[in-house]
Amino acid sequence: MSSLNEEEESLPQEPPSRNEMSRRQFLTYTLGGATAFMGAGVILPMVRFAVDPILQKKGEGEFIKVAEASKITEEPQEFTFELPQQDGWYASTAMLTAWIRKDANGDIYALSPICKHLGCTVGWNNNKAHPDEYHCPCHGARYTKQGRQLAVAAKPLDQYTTKIDGGWVYLGEIVPNTVSAKEA
Amino acid sequence: MFKNVYNWIDERLDITPIWRDVADHEVPEHVNPAHHFSAFVYCFGGLTFFITVIQILSGMFLTMYYVPDIINAYASVEYLQTKVAFGKIVRGMHHWGASLVIVMMFLHTMRVFFTGSYKAPREMNWVVGMLIFFVMLGLGLTGYLLPWDNKAYFATKVTLEIANSVPFMGPVLKELMQGGSIAGAETLTRFFALHVFFLPAVLLILLVGHFIMIRRQGISGPL
Repeated sequence: MSSLNEEEESLPQEPPSRNEMSRRQFLTYTLGGATAFMGAGVILPMVRFAVDPILQKKGEGEFIKVAEASKITEEPQEFTFELPQQDGWYASTAMLTAWIRKDANGDIYALSPICKHLGCTVGWNNNKAHPDEYHCPCHGARYTKQGRQLAVAAKPLDQYTTKIDGGWVYLGEIVPNTVSAKEA
Repeated sequence: MFKNVYNWIDERLDITPIWRDVADHEVPEHVNPAHHFSAFVYCFGGLTFFITVIQILSGMFLTMYYVPDIINAYASVEYLQTKVAFGKIVRGMHHWGASLVIVMMFLHTMRVFFTGSYKAPREMNWVVGMLIFFVMLGLGLTGYLLPWDNKAYFATKVTLEIANSVPFMGPVLKELMQGGSIAGAETLTRFFALHVFFLPAVLLILLVGHFIMIRRQGISGPL
């Protein structure tokens, strides 16, 4: 009896554990993988479709003929011009405004009248209390001739990229101000 | 990681029984194509649902670009189809899926009919299924107008004339459908609202009923 018992104990109680994937696990992975593949086939085109606006190539800044160079004075003048724009399937023209002047060296630059505080529209010399400044009627932001901020706003007025060609001033995209830093 | 998240939620909300109710049940041998290949006919209902899910998803994405307006509808469809990446694919899925869902639903109906699965105690599910059939036809009908091209416009004209020929209430029904005295701007917004809000809502309610009943009663026995 005792020898029999001993023999039983010496037999392996369980099959040796092997580092193999069980059939159940394999099937689970296969099923999950196939489902994920099919789901991705459905979802990915739709996601790409939805995020297309941020992946569309942005149009190169086009220059628009705005004013005759000879008419630009040291006093800023307001010029309005039309920017053709394509908004999805809707084509329209945006009316834009620029304040253009030339400095003492005769260099022409154009400021955007969009206030850097909260986006209202500034005007030149439009407040009697603050002569020869850009003034914003919304919250009283003020800027110098070069667009440097004097009150309320935290940044100088933006500029248009400019190009002089054949006696005409062409304006392009709106960029951060570069002339206000040269101000003494 | 995923298992930990699942366990964390399960400890609090006990969601495993819900999951069991929905998905964890045995497929009887007579409806399992692995046992009898001819049992693939039992897949048509599931395929109808699968395509319906694709329709809902692709439709949701299409409304990111589409506008239901007589001036812009065609232009917006043309834009999303030609200018937006994968626009052809997503609209294609919705376009072909619309036909395919009718085909699958018809095959599913045929299977239920020829296996006699509509008989007691499943008569109510047959009725709900028929209601789903008509809602699906309504979705196809209202969606057909939305691109606002010639085909859409004249197909809807025909539909409205058919409605007009209904005895007694025809003219009223027609005017109600077109939202005025002519087929135009108000017809388009009306069909859009039906296609995108009203009919899908009804469809989802009916589908829930359809599925609860089949889970409650189980699939019909072998022939």
